[in-house]
Amino acid sequence: MKVTFKIWRQENTEAVGALKTYEIDGLSKDMSFLEALDYLNETLVLKNEKVIAFEHDCREGICGQCGVFINGRAHGPHDNTTTCQLHMRSFKNNDTIVVEPWRANAFPIIKDLVVDRSSFDRIIEQGGFITAKTGTAPEANAIPISKEISDSAMDAAACIGCGACVATCKNASAALFTSAKINHLNRLPQGRQEAHRRLLDMTAQMELENFGNCSFTGACEIECPAEISISNIVEMNSRFIKAKLFDK
Amino acid sequence: MKLNSKIPEGKLEDKWKIYQAKSTLINPANKNKLNIIVVGSGLAGAGAAATLAEMGYNIQSFCYQDSARRAHSVAAQGGINASKNYQHDGDSVWRMFYDAIKGGDFRSREANTYRLAELSAPLIDHFVQQGVPFAREYGGVLANRSFGGVQVQRTFYARGQTGQQLLMAAYSQLYKMVRAKKVEMLARHEVLDVVIINGKAKGVIARDLSTGKIKRFAADAVVLATGGYSRVFRLSTLAIGCNGSAIWKAHKRGAYFAAPSFTQIHPTALPQTSEAQSKLTLMSESLRNDGRIWVPLKQGDNRNAFDIPEEERDYYLERRYPSFGNLAPRDIASRAAKERIDAGFGVGQLKNAVYLDFKHAISNLGKKVIEDKYGNLFRMYKKITGIDAYKEPMMISPAAHFSMGGLWVDYELMTTIPGLYAIGECNYADHGANRLGANSLLQASIDGYFILPNTINNYLATELKETRPTTDHPEFSKVENETKNIIKRILNVKGSRTVDDFHRELGKVMWQECAMSRNRQGLEKAIEQIKSIHKEFWSDVKVTGNENELNTELEKALRLADFIELAELMCTDALQREESCGAHFREEFQTEDGEALRNDEEFAYVSTWEYNAGSFILHKENLKFEYVTPSIRSYK
Repeated sequence: MKVTFKIWRQENTEAVGALKTYEIDGLSKDMSFLEALDYLNETLVLKNEKVIAFEHDCREGICGQCGVFINGRAHGPHDNTTTCQLHMRSFKNNDTIVVEPWRANAFPIIKDLVVDRSSFDRIIEQGGFITAKTGTAPEANAIPISKEISDSAMDAAACIGCGACVATCKNASAALFTSAKINHLNRLPQGRQEAHRRLLDMTAQMELENFGNCSFTGACEIECPAEISISNIVEMNSRFIKAKLFDK
Repeated sequence: MKLNSKIPEGKLEDKWKIYQAKSTLINPANKNKLNIIVVGSGLAGAGAAATLAEMGYNIQSFCYQDSARRAHSVAAQGGINASKNYQHDGDSVWRMFYDAIKGGDFRSREANTYRLAELSAPLIDHFVQQGVPFAREYGGVLANRSFGGVQVQRTFYARGQTGQQLLMAAYSQLYKMVRAKKVEMLARHEVLDVVIINGKAKGVIARDLSTGKIKRFAADAVVLATGGYSRVFRLSTLAIGCNGSAIWKAHKRGAYFAAPSFTQIHPTALPQTSEAQSKLTLMSESLRNDGRIWVPLKQGDNRNAFDIPEEERDYYLERRYPSFGNLAPRDIASRAAKERIDAGFGVGQLKNAVYLDFKHAISNLGKKVIEDKYGNLFRMYKKITGIDAYKEPMMISPAAHFSMGGLWVDYELMTTIPGLYAIGECNYADHGANRLGANSLLQASIDGYFILPNTINNYLATELKETRPTTDHPEFSKVENETKNIIKRILNVKGSRTVDDFHRELGKVMWQECAMSRNRQGLEKAIEQIKSIHKEFWSDVKVTGNENELNTELEKALRLADFIELAELMCTDALQREESCGAHFREEFQTEDGEALRNDEEFAYVSTWEYNAGSFILHKENLKFEYVTPSIRSYK
């Protein structure tokens, strides 16, 4: 299989980047997209060129480290998948594949396709946890949680923190990411004690990090590999008003 | 050095309580003066860093990924065991302990393994409190399922993403302590060496992966929580960045390495399809609860799976192990698959797989129930293979997975270097020669949250009286220079072969000779081959780019350089152990019907290796069994 890659190359955060063209032959349909990049990188090494820096780790769709824009879509042509789970059989022979990093003010480019997503960690830092020291827990079955509540907390908790929601959003909003974590914890009885504070602190940090506002296009939930629903954003917004007015 | 496991006195069920009652305490004001480095941010590392910070210590937490949330604990699917006995099916701490020590084929310490079972129940309480959305029954209580090697239901789970949910809990607690300014998070930093001053671990040398800068960090104690090293096989279920570099460097600085060859080959991964493949995706063992494993009765049967009638299928696990059936432990299930595949009954394009079939489960329980239990795994399978497993069986194959072996640690989880601890998968402690499913998340969590925070005080109490060396200490300069020189050497080889090319070659040797079955001749040959790969690597590897930038090729090269050395030790260890036990199967030592033949008279010890300028010296920690009698491990 033969394809033409157009890949964003950028030496560092300050440098000016550009798309560079690579024609590559000898790929197979069974290769994952990232294995095709591995293969391309090996050919670059042998030609004495610097390899293309890209993010990846688990390569099974759960760690959230991989993620690039492929032909104008976050994580490539399929809905709700990660870049590492995309295979070359999704492309045709002689296709041109344009590969770019996530683009958002809150995700500065470090090099080539690698961006800095530490803004996500800082949002979590502002309350994406339950304040409970090791050793303080009551017996696990002492507080029953209905299957429905537990399942809906799990739906929100499934977020892998890849940043596709931000990358695909025309406003570069982190509303889906932030609301997923808030709702995961606020739906559970253990997390309810600090629900309002969590919501206010995490959304404040989201704004501080320069993410855009959500204008409800729904693009994020189409790309989200964990299929987080935008109803999470609705819930966050409506509870935000309550938190702001009645409790700090 | 004589190995002192520091097992506390008293009856088995009292040892941990006695230890805790007698261990030294440090007052809160003094904890504030002590700094601890934690390398790795998985369940063990993040759990330890958060808990130690809560206690008042100052923590520097390192991970090579862009965020602590990526650590490979995230990928564990099936669950975590605990002896809660919520299912009222006869479970207890004792039974869980016995299952684990038998599952490990009697090659772990009784006291350690007992403690693992003992602390499992409070760990579930702990995770529920931290917001882990474990599966629940309609009445609101926690649900359980079974896992391999066990006849009770003690596994707690969060869909097929248990590891992710536990890691998110640990990561969130870590960031709680970042907010409290008790943890400094150093993401995108790879620890490349440990600094030992006057025989004690006092710091690390790390490379900032974004800029390439080599940095020094000093502390009063160093905790390694760097996970497993099965990427030595190249193709494994591990994340691509998983590596053994920090523990290997610690080994070279004096930490003994225990049972390096004990590697678990997981029976239910997706088969390899091409040479370019970079990893083998795991399908959770929990699938074996409802899936049935089979191959065609006829060799080279090329029909579609659904065209093969029942009477022409060989459900070989049910046939060979009627009492455990499809839930036989991993080592046994993997070996049984290998036996069928080698005998020519394999299926799939490369004839390297077996079927995992849900036909019966779907017709008995309904598609809805199966979807509810395993929906995300079926979706994942479809994404990767394009096959709908509700309609035809999955194809699975054994893959390198968990490292039972690791740095030798005592009951306090301290290595043979004072002040250097190893927790989670990177140590050798609880699992013996084979780990049971859903005991990995358990061990990582317990080491990090419960054990280390109780044992490290004993050491730090003595360190309080000493002044912590600064990074200006000559030993820091020396180690930093050595690190820089290794980097320069690699970049200066400017040979003709890529890092991946060498890794593929190493992986093939290791998979062939040091995986599911081993023999003397093969291992001796492998050691020679690894030596020559080592020589070739240092004279012909080609790494482009430079050291002062984000250079992923250089990162890979540094990890591989260590893997090559570790591979030799793994083969040396496998060669030395002339018996079959757990995951270690020596072809020369088997029963007539092909089962492992253990030799307790000569090999009831932990093989523990000292590094000696390129060669290895064997020390033995003899295992004493006072409470259980090692029996022939039968799952028939």
